[in-house]
Amino acid sequence: MPLLTILVALPALGGLLLLTVPGLRARAREFALGVTVLELAGVVALLVGFDLSAAGDIQFAETYAWIPQIGASWALGVNGIGLSLIVLAAVLTPLVLVAGWKLPDEPARAARYVGLILVSQAFMVGIFAARDVLLFYVLFEAMLIPLYFLIGSFGGEQRRYAAVKFLIYSLAGGLIMLVAVVALYFVGPGGEQAFLIDSLTGLELAPVTERLLFVAFFIAFAIKAPMVPVHTWLPTVAENARAGTTALLVAVLDKIGTFGMITLCLVLFPNASRWAAPVVVGFAVLSVIYGALLAIGQDNMLRLVSFTSVSHFGIMILGIFAFQQTSVEGAALYMFNHGLSTAGLFLLVGFLIERHGTPSVTAYGGLQKAVPVLAGTFLIVGLSALSLPGLSPFVSEIMVLVGAWSAVPVAVIISVLGVVLAALYILLMYQKLFTGPTPEAMAGTAELSLRERVAIWPLIALMLLLGFVPALAIQYLTEPVAAVLAIAQGVGA
Amino acid sequence: MNFTAPVIDWIALLPILIVLGAGALGVLLEALIRVPATRRTLQVALSAIALVAALASVIALSVTIDGPGVDAVSRMVSIDRQSLLWQGILLVLALLSLLLFADRTRTRETAFTPLASASPGSVDEALARRKGLELTEVFPLALLSLGGMMLFVATTELVLLFVALEMFSLPLYIIVAIARRRRLLAQEAAVKYFLLGAFASAVFLFGVALVYGALVRTGFAEISLMAAVIGSRDELVLVGFVFVLVGLLFKLGAVPFHQWTPDVYEGAPTPVTAFMAALVKGAAAAALLRVWFGFMYRLELELDWIVWAVAIATMLLGSIVALRQTSIKRMLAYSSIGHAGFILVALAGPGDLALSSVAFYVIAYGLATLGAFAVVTQVRERTEDGSLGAEAWRLGQWAGLGKRSPLLAAAMALFLLSFAGIPLTAGFIGKFVVFGAAVADGGWPLVLIAVIASAIAAFFYVRLIVLMYFTDAPDDVENAVAVEPTRGASVVVAVTAVATLVLGVVPSWVLSLTQDAAVLVVSRL
Repeated sequence: MPLLTILVALPALGGLLLLTVPGLRARAREFALGVTVLELAGVVALLVGFDLSAAGDIQFAETYAWIPQIGASWALGVNGIGLSLIVLAAVLTPLVLVAGWKLPDEPARAARYVGLILVSQAFMVGIFAARDVLLFYVLFEAMLIPLYFLIGSFGGEQRRYAAVKFLIYSLAGGLIMLVAVVALYFVGPGGEQAFLIDSLTGLELAPVTERLLFVAFFIAFAIKAPMVPVHTWLPTVAENARAGTTALLVAVLDKIGTFGMITLCLVLFPNASRWAAPVVVGFAVLSVIYGALLAIGQDNMLRLVSFTSVSHFGIMILGIFAFQQTSVEGAALYMFNHGLSTAGLFLLVGFLIERHGTPSVTAYGGLQKAVPVLAGTFLIVGLSALSLPGLSPFVSEIMVLVGAWSAVPVAVIISVLGVVLAALYILLMYQKLFTGPTPEAMAGTAELSLRERVAIWPLIALMLLLGFVPALAIQYLTEPVAAVLAIAQGVGA
Repeated sequence: MNFTAPVIDWIALLPILIVLGAGALGVLLEALIRVPATRRTLQVALSAIALVAALASVIALSVTIDGPGVDAVSRMVSIDRQSLLWQGILLVLALLSLLLFADRTRTRETAFTPLASASPGSVDEALARRKGLELTEVFPLALLSLGGMMLFVATTELVLLFVALEMFSLPLYIIVAIARRRRLLAQEAAVKYFLLGAFASAVFLFGVALVYGALVRTGFAEISLMAAVIGSRDELVLVGFVFVLVGLLFKLGAVPFHQWTPDVYEGAPTPVTAFMAALVKGAAAAALLRVWFGFMYRLELELDWIVWAVAIATMLLGSIVALRQTSIKRMLAYSSIGHAGFILVALAGPGDLALSSVAFYVIAYGLATLGAFAVVTQVRERTEDGSLGAEAWRLGQWAGLGKRSPLLAAAMALFLLSFAGIPLTAGFIGKFVVFGAAVADGGWPLVLIAVIASAIAAFFYVRLIVLMYFTDAPDDVENAVAVEPTRGASVVVAVTAVATLVLGVVPSWVLSLTQDAAVLVVSRL
């Protein structure tokens, strides 16, 4: 059974139905939630059927001729890394829907919102499962359409500007990548399956060609990730889009950048990746520090959280381009864990904004007494973002830093500073929001409702579980990372 | 001087003959049938039957003809898979255009003036309108133009190429002028198009004369064979070739021969604009391919850099100037200039790839173009008495269309995305194969510039999407816009939208068609 194709088709169909059939509008949220729960069940089946002893191999592989004339196939399949991100997407989407259940939309608008979310989910699953470079590219670019409408139609005052900024950045990166994709056909073996990642692995490219191709791919991924200096679209988007949209965007979709670095850059252009590593690591460290410093300076919570992500993505990229088993493994694990923690933060900030209508930190204060459960939840999720031991991001961050130590000690030392800064921006935010005397306006704040707890607590449970038993997740990642590194370290390493 | 009667394969010429014959018959109908309504019905039916019959004979021919194809007229017209493919493309696009030409609003208003001879705003015009006169010459004229294009894409001889060029241009000069509304603009456009077109034709003809003077040959095959004999830098041949190129690039709308495009595209009745943007550009591209890969490419004249320079200038200028436009028709005109540049990128590639990729590109671009202009015919101004006014060209008037007419706006968004080359639309596959062709022969710097131009172009396509979806509709009377879907345009929008999606998701069947046809038969002696 082509399980992966079904997992791509299910949310795509559900989303398209919601967007086109007016009859579904009255029950759009329920319908969408049903689809995502079904999707989650399918992903659980995927997880159960996954052979852990061969986590490094591509499983559930499907290959159909798609456009044989230009060497493109509909080729899907997952190893442990792809699987972990598909799980992340499947877990987060229903939670985002639950978190946004009470958004004040008329039925037609609500149907459009959840419909677009479902279509985006289809793209996420497709991208993490794509084994064909052209298919990956097509999904990578086409995904911009639902996201563009999600950002531009739903959110704050400046949402149109944010949507256009997002689109221009992504499109610029994507088009640069397109040149490289076209060129890959001609440097590769050609034929009807020319774009399969397998066909393109282990090419003996001329160094200049390989480097150019690498740079083109890397720029696209760095914009997506987002990495300093091409990160500026993210705060704008985060500030103006709905919290749910941003949660999905940062937690899952941006992982396509780091995912692409691991599964495409390192594998297809191993020599160029090593050639570029010092520069990339430099920018990664810059992201870590710069993101953290900017986060401290933010008054807008949405911008603040988005800058923390810039910082955290820097750590992932540092791990990837340190080329150590532990560091890359840590980066892959961090991609999953960061998804949990940052989605939680965005959703919680969204809840606060729903209550008081402003993202400004200074407008709040003393909420701890008024809403202790919300405060406690916020604290735990916040602590996960600063990598407190016992919560899952801690493990991944330590793995990256310890793993990378032997390769790039200076970079690690500077990045540790970022971890310290993380404590500062998270705790400062918490302090301003929740501690101190409760102002008049904050006294009547509503406590975390049951629905909101349902949206957040599963994330906390997962973070605790993976914080104490990280091996549960790591076992999926060890072998795929080893396989990638075997190629990336290749000859002359 | 001996005169040898040409050997003519009438069967192979059948598609062209059907279309031209129907055009001639249509002219007769104009003279014989007096009642406007009957005449109109007959003309539309005749055109439809002719197009379908011609398309059927193209398909029948392409099944029977294989290998080198048929020499239809004494080495001057080659009916091979390549020319049949183009004739098929032209016919399909023409069928869709016919729907736009024949389209009428609820008040039976066509896109064409009832009486072209009456001066704009005169009493005669008002009378003609009240009497329900209808101008139906446009159907035979369009057929004659189409017949010329079908010959244009099949000919392998320079003089006949010129004849075909004039054949399809002359009717266009007329039908550009006969818009129902904003007539002065249309007449101005027609005069501009005619003057510049005549000038370009003269340059083309001069080029042919120079080539003939130098080589005493005008057939592609013979010229190609001369390659071995003539030096690589024979000035007469070089200048002649450049002039021939200029004539073709003018029809393609490439920079610096593009100046007519925005004015003509804006002034012409929108169905005619669609017809020109989709078909004429396609035919020009096909003829350019045949000339380029037929003989110019083989003579080592180093004309490459001209094509590169023109391609770069066309892409960049089309995309950048489009950014500044405030009229939807002018914006689409500049976008079509940009697309001419993208087509030219393929010329940097090897012949077979260039042929197949340009054909696909023109299909994708032609469908989106017809669809987009069909949408333009639907978005109208509202006059003071509440009836439909002229088309709403100002971009500001398109604000909020997504709320008012969701389907129309969605289709327009799809066409714009296809123009921009976003994946899952036909335009992406088109760009991909064109870029692929260029990269195959080391044209990656050209592709890099093409990509930059695409990024710039994406900006103004997206701007219109922003207007339609994220901007509230204007509520002042001046900007009031009315959308009353008409049958023909709705069909065109639906068909082209579906085709754009299908070709974007599963393009392999059309790609295999264009690849099979990517054989140029020139060396038939």
